Parts: sequence; C-alpha cells; structure tokens
Amino acid sequence: MRIRATAVALAVALGLAAAPVAAKDIKLLNVSYDPTRELYKDYNAEFAKLWKAKTGDNVTVEQSHGGSGKQARAVIDGLAADVVTLALEGDVDEVAKGTKKIPANWVQALPNHSSPYTSTIVFLVRKGNPKHIKDWDDLIKPKLQVITPNPKTSGGARWNLLAAYAFAQKKYGSEEAAKDFVTKLYRNVPVLDTGARGSTTTFVQRGIGDVLLAWENEAFLAINELGPDKFEIVTPSLSILAEPSVAVVEGNAKLHGATAVAKAYLENLYTPASQKLIAEHYYRPAKPETVDPAILKRFGKLELVNIRDDFGGWSKAQPKFFGDGGIFDQIYKPGN
Amino acid sequence: MIPGFGISLGFTIVYLGLIVLIPLAGLVLRSAGLGWSELYRIATDLRTVNAIWLSVWTAFIAAIINVPFGVLVAWVMVRYRFPGRRLLDAAVDLPFALPTAVAGIALTALYAPNGWVGAYLEEWGIKAAYTPLGIVIALTFIGLPFVVRTVQPLMEDIDKEVEEAAATLGAGRFQTVRRVILPSILPAVITGFALAFARAIGEYGSVVFIAGNIPYVSEIAPLLIIIRLEEYNYAGATTVATLMLMISFALLISINWIQAMTRRRYGNG
Repeated sequence: MRIRATAVALAVALGLAAAPVAAKDIKLLNVSYDPTRELYKDYNAEFAKLWKAKTGDNVTVEQSHGGSGKQARAVIDGLAADVVTLALEGDVDEVAKGTKKIPANWVQALPNHSSPYTSTIVFLVRKGNPKHIKDWDDLIKPKLQVITPNPKTSGGARWNLLAAYAFAQKKYGSEEAAKDFVTKLYRNVPVLDTGARGSTTTFVQRGIGDVLLAWENEAFLAINELGPDKFEIVTPSLSILAEPSVAVVEGNAKLHGATAVAKAYLENLYTPASQKLIAEHYYRPAKPETVDPAILKRFGKLELVNIRDDFGGWSKAQPKFFGDGGIFDQIYKPGN
Repeated sequence: MIPGFGISLGFTIVYLGLIVLIPLAGLVLRSAGLGWSELYRIATDLRTVNAIWLSVWTAFIAAIINVPFGVLVAWVMVRYRFPGRRLLDAAVDLPFALPTAVAGIALTALYAPNGWVGAYLEEWGIKAAYTPLGIVIALTFIGLPFVVRTVQPLMEDIDKEVEEAAATLGAGRFQTVRRVILPSILPAVITGFALAFARAIGEYGSVVFIAGNIPYVSEIAPLLIIIRLEEYNYAGATTVATLMLMISFALLISINWIQAMTRRRYGNG
C-alpha cells in the first residue's frame, strides 16, 4: 500500500518535473481580413493563456490582415496559414479548391456554418441625419450621395449590394425591380474605393457623401474613434446577415504539427467568454444566448436575410452578382 | 573587342532574363493558354478598352506636363545657386521614395472638395479628386523625377563656353537656347518623357485613392487587373496585363526610335 502510494507520488512528481521540459513553442498563422485586427489581437492573448493552462505549451498566434480576396489568393499561392478567418465563405471555398488543404465540407466542421461571429450592413450618417435617411429606399433619391466600396475589389462590400438587393426584392417583389433598384443606388455612388477602410476615409475625412454603407462593427468603431458628436448609425428595416467564415487549413496545420491547437483555436471562439469578447468588438455573437444581454443591447433590431436561404449560397450569388458580366457589371454598362 | 565582353554579356542576359524576361514570359504564356478568340473578346471588351485608353491618355498628358516643368526644375537646379537648393534637389526624388499609396492619400486629401486646393478649385467649378483630372494630377506627381533626373546630368555637361561661343557668333539669347541648348538635352528630355509615361501607364497605388474608380469613367487598367484577380479570373487579369505590356513595349520602342532619329540629326549622344 505504502509502496504503491509512494510510487504514485513519485510518478506525479516526475510528471510535474517533466512537464516544463515537454512544453512546446507552437506558432500558429491566422490569415484574416482587415477589420478583425482588433478582435484577434485580444482573442490571441486570451487563447494563449488558455492553451498554456490546458497543455503547458506556449502558443504564439501570428496575424496577417488584408483584403479578404487578396488574403485567400496569398494562401492559394503558398502562404502557410494554419487557419483562415475570411470575410466570405466563397473565399474559403477558393482556398479549399485551390490548395486541397481544406476539406470540401469545411462549412460543417464548426457550429453555425463555421461563422463564430456575424455582422450586418448598416448606414452611417452625419450627426442629426440631415438627409432623413431611414431605410434603403431613401438611398436612391436623386442628388443623394452614397459611399460604398467597389464590391469587385472588396469582399466585405459584396454584402452591401446583396442587402440592398434583398430589400428591394422583398419590397417590390421582382428580380427586375431589385436590379433596377441597385442600379439607381449605384448611380448615387460618386467614389468606389477599393476597400472598406478607404470608403470610411472618403466619407469621414474627405466629407464626401450623405451616407456610408458599412459593416455594423466598422460603423461602431468609426463612431468610437471619431466621436458620437459627428456621426450616427441608422439601422435599416432589413439587412443581410454577413457571416465571415473560419476554417482550419488542415494541410498546413498538419505539416506544422499544429492540427490540435489550430482546431482548438477556432472551436474556442464559440465559448461564452469568447462570444462576449466578440460582442465587445461589435461583432454579433453566433451564440447570443450565452452573452450578457446588457452587451447585446448595442445591436439594433432588424430583419436579417441570409445568403443561403435568400440567395442560394455564395456559389450561386458570386457569379450571378459579382462575376464578369454579372449584375454589378450590368449596372455600369453604358446606356443602362 | 574589349576584354570581358563574353562574361559581361552573359551576365547581362542571365540577369535580364531572371529579373525581366522570365516573369513576363510567364505572363504571356498564361494568357496565351486562353486561345485567340477568348483573347480577342477580352481585348475588345468595351470595359477593357475604356480602362486601357484612360490609363494611356492620362499617362500621356501627365508626361507632357512634366516635360516643360521638369526641364525648368532641372535648369534651376543646375544653373542657379541659392540657399536651400540641396533641399529642393532632394525633394525632387520624394515621389520616387514615397510609397505610392501615401502619395495617393496625400493628394486626395489636398484635392478633395474639402481639401486645401480642392476647395479652391470647387469655387471655379472644377472637380479634381474622383475624376480623370485627379488621375492626371497623381501621375504628374509620380512622373516628375524621371524628367528632372534624366535631363539634369546633361545640362550639367553643357559648358558655359558653348553658350558664349554662340553669343560671340551673333546668336541672341533665345537663339542660343533653341539652337544650342535644346538640341543637346533633347534626347534626355525624350528619355525622361518615355520613362515618366511608361511608369504612369502602370501606376496603381496612388491612383486608386484619387480616381473614384467608376467603371467606364475613372477605372484605370491596373485596377481592372486587380478586379479580374478578385474574381479569381487569372486569365482575364493576365490578358489585360499582356495588352498593357504590349502597348508599353510598342511605345518604348517607338520612343527609342524617335530618340535615335534626333541623335542622328543633331549628331550627339
């Protein structure tokens, strides 16, 4: 008995002594898009602490940010990302197709279609809302100027066009009317910046336009940074659920011996603590029921359509709206 | 033959091949894989034509503007001594050194309707930022050093004695400039023009901030290439790129030819 207890104690002591020796330094590369910078900075620190407590290993997550499509192409061209956290499902699909390092059914790998956080498209207007912009149909009024990035170069801006389209289709009842609506809307766009941050600058710093179509989280950040005395958020009656996608690039993670940690890194995004962090960064949490309602109060209530049920998924929406000769190109066809 | 010809020529060919020719050949090969009819369709697509034409004419105007002003700047730097000359001389290179995006953002801030210059232009009913005029402004900015830096050394080489000789032979001041100074710097001016022009056709970073990027109106060819890439349409992107390459190459060759003609005519260089 005594011998056995001693043996156990010895084994535990040995195990404890051995633990620091076995502690590994793991590097993880998360290739993401632009506006997640602040969120992942905080999340990486939290995750490193958690992982250290759980396994004793040190994990350093490196971040790469840029336009979502550009980031996807970088991974396709060989950037050794362990996880991708991009703005569009379509971009992750391209990585899966182009590298074969992500399984084709990656969307099912994590809850909520692999979208741990979502956002939506809202309006940022100048303080006092001088043009009385309440909903999408106010945006096609003559002489009104709308600022939104080029959906061809900005993955995030594709949601803007789809949100407007969904609104018009619901309100006027036909695809033709919806096409006509978005055509009128883009006629009111004086500048098509190449990225979302560029459009924010055009609206905020250059003073151009009456309304900026923005991701909700970006709109909140803009107000935080520039002061609520200059701008305000208008939540339209209907918008689209923007679902950024996350996936483990299994081929790369395996190569780096980081499969377990990469999976845990993404799974951990769904825990209550992470969901709270997400809400604090103005993204809508995928599991709002786990988050303090006081934090959720900041998000305006509105009807949300989503890409799967209302547009048949990205694989259909992408070529139809944003492909060569698609609906966006038709808007600018001369004589249209 | 001067010794070392073989090794230096070999090195030149390998170097040019690695740095210039192989990447460009890859580009051409990739678009050649498309087949002629598809190539023709993209090349004659109204949007492609518009974008390339916009890039070419704005680059041309910008290079033309830079010729007289670049020569003037070079002249001032070479001929006059004044306090702050070195500082000014260094400032000429700023468009080279500055990241083009920084230049684009700065110019946009300046020429936007609420910017220092833009507000003033607005009173005259001129819109600069977010129009093709804005593109010309950005391209003029990045092209300036090319003209100044190619003309400057030649100007420094002109001996005062040559001008004095012209004067003693009865030439007026204007005649001296026209018959003596201009011919000797003309080849450099043409080179400077060609460099500024070629650089401006492909410029992307500074232009996208100031252009407005509206298809058919202010969408430059390099932006169209990026747009095709965003569509994961590598073939479309390389086709536009190959077209631009061909245009630039044709322009550079014809400018070289003009330069050779002027050299022959004035018998220098």
